Amino acid sequence: MQTNPADASRAGSPTRPGRAGWGLIALTYVSSALILAMPLVLIVTMAFRNGLDAYLANILAPDTLHAIFLTVLTAIVVVPINIVFGVCAAWLVTRYDFPGKRLLITIIEIPFSISPIVAGVIYLFLYGGQGLLGPVLADNGIKIMFTVWAIFLVSLFVTSPFVARELIPLMQQQGGEDEEAALSLGANGFQIFWNVTLPNIKWALLYGALLCNARVIGEFGAVSVVSGAIRGQTNTLPLQIELLFNDFNVSGAFAAASTLAALAVLTIVLKAALERVGATGRR
Amino acid sequence: MPGFGLTMGVTLLYLAVIVVIPLAAMLLKTTSLGLEDFWRIISSGRAQAAYWLTFSSAAVAALFNSVFGLLLAWVLVRYEFPGKRLIDALVDLPFALPTAVAGLALVTLFAPEGWYGQYLEPLGIKVSYAQLGIIVAMIFTSIPFVVRTIQPVLEDVPEDVEEAARTLGATRWQIFSRVIFPLILPAFTAGSVLCFARAIGEYGAVVFIAGNLPGLTEIVSLLIVIRLEELNYPATAALATVLLAVAFSALLVTNLIQAWQLRYADKSR
Repeated sequence: MQTNPADASRAGSPTRPGRAGWGLIALTYVSSALILAMPLVLIVTMAFRNGLDAYLANILAPDTLHAIFLTVLTAIVVVPINIVFGVCAAWLVTRYDFPGKRLLITIIEIPFSISPIVAGVIYLFLYGGQGLLGPVLADNGIKIMFTVWAIFLVSLFVTSPFVARELIPLMQQQGGEDEEAALSLGANGFQIFWNVTLPNIKWALLYGALLCNARVIGEFGAVSVVSGAIRGQTNTLPLQIELLFNDFNVSGAFAAASTLAALAVLTIVLKAALERVGATGRR
Repeated sequence: MPGFGLTMGVTLLYLAVIVVIPLAAMLLKTTSLGLEDFWRIISSGRAQAAYWLTFSSAAVAALFNSVFGLLLAWVLVRYEFPGKRLIDALVDLPFALPTAVAGLALVTLFAPEGWYGQYLEPLGIKVSYAQLGIIVAMIFTSIPFVVRTIQPVLEDVPEDVEEAARTLGATRWQIFSRVIFPLILPAFTAGSVLCFARAIGEYGAVVFIAGNLPGLTEIVSLLIVIRLEELNYPATAALATVLLAVAFSALLVTNLIQAWQLRYADKSR
C-alpha cells in the first residue's frame, strides 16, 4: 500500500560525480557546515562550557523546570487533539464529494501561512479584555487570556494543519477501494478505520504527529502574545530562553536551549527514518 | 462509506472554534476602525519603514535561499557522496529547531566576540542588531522550503530528455539551463515564494539577533508587538490585518504556481 517517493519512477538516478560535481559537493559541505551544523555545535559547547554540574543546575532551576513541564504538558494536550482533527478532516475530504470542499481544504491550510505574531493577535481579539468574547467570559468568571488555556488554544491553531496535510495526499492516492471492500463485507465505520485505513496511513500519521509536536514545543511568537510570560506560571521553554537571555544568564539560556535542540535532532532523525518507510503522501 | 456526519461535524466544529471565529474576531476589530483610520495607521511613516525593512530583508533571504536551495537539491539528487544522508537530514533542522533556539545560537555566533563575529567585526561587517542580522535569521529559518519543493521534481526529470539533448551535442550547462531548469521552474518559484512568505512572518529568531531598535531593526511583527504593549489595539489589529493579507496573497500565488506545475507535468507526459 505504501508508495515510497524515493523509488517511485525516478529516472535520473544519482551518479558518481565528475570534477564539476565534486566542486559543487565541496561547496555543499562547507556551506552546510557553516550554516546548518555550526549552530548545533555552538549550543552544545555553550551549554556545557561550565561543566556538567553547572549544566544540571541550570536545567533544574525551578523556573526552567516549570517551563519544561508546561511545554511538555502543552504537547500532550495539543498533539492528540490535532491527530483526531487531522484524521477526521482527511477522511472527510478524501472519501466524500460535497459542495465547498475546495474552500474547506483552503481553510484547513490557513494557519500554516499565518505568521506567529498574527496568530497570537487574533486570539487576543477573541478572548482578550478588548476582544469579542473576553468581556462576556470575564463576567462569568472565566479567564483565558494569559493563562495556560490561551497557550493550548493558540498552539492548536498554529499546528492544526500538520497531520491533515500529510494524510490528505496519501489517502487521495490510495483511494477508497479497500474501505469499500470492507464495507461490503459488513464492517462498520470504526472497524473499517481501525483495521483497514489506519494500517495504511500509520506512518504518515506518525510523521504528521512528529512535525506537529516539533512545532508545538518550539512555538515562540504566537505563545509570547497570549501567554503573558508569567515566570513559573505561563512561561513555556522557548519563552524561558528569551527571558534568561535578556537577564544575561547566557549559560542558563543555552542549557534550556540544549534540551530543545536535542529534541530537534531526535525529530529529524525520526523524520528521516519515517521517510525511508515511505510515510509521506506528498511527492 | 460511513462516517460522513461524524467527520463533517468534527471538522466544521473544530475549524469554526480554532480557525474561523478567532480570525473573524480580529477582522471585526479592524473593520470597526473605519477606512480613514485604517489607512492612516497602515500608511504611517513608522509602518512604511517596517514594511520596507521586512520585505527587503525577506526578498534578500529568499534570493539567497533560492540559490543555496537549488545547490543543495541538485547535489542531493544528482550525486552519490559520503555524508549525503547526514546533509539531507540537516536540511530539516531549521524546521525542527525552535526559532528561539535558532535565534539564540545565531546571535551568539555573530556577536562581536562570537565564532563568526570576531572575523566579521574587524571587516566592518555588523550583523547583530543590524539589518544583516534580520536577513541571517530569515535565511536560516527558511532554508528547507526551496530544497524540499525542488527535490521531488528534480528526481522525476525524465532521463530521455537529457539523453536527447546530449546526443544533439548540448553542453552540460546547456542541458541544465535549457532542459532541466525549465522543468523545475514552477517548483523553484513556489519554493522561493514560500520562503519569502515565511521570512516575512519570522519573529522568534529575528528578535534575538536584531533586538528591538525602533526604525533600525523594527520588522512588522515587532511593530505589532510594540503597539500591543502600548495597548494600542486599533493599530495592532490594522497592522496584523496587513500581514494577514500578505500571507493570503502568498498562499494564493503558491496555489496558482502549483496549478501551473500540474499543467506542466501533464504536458511533459
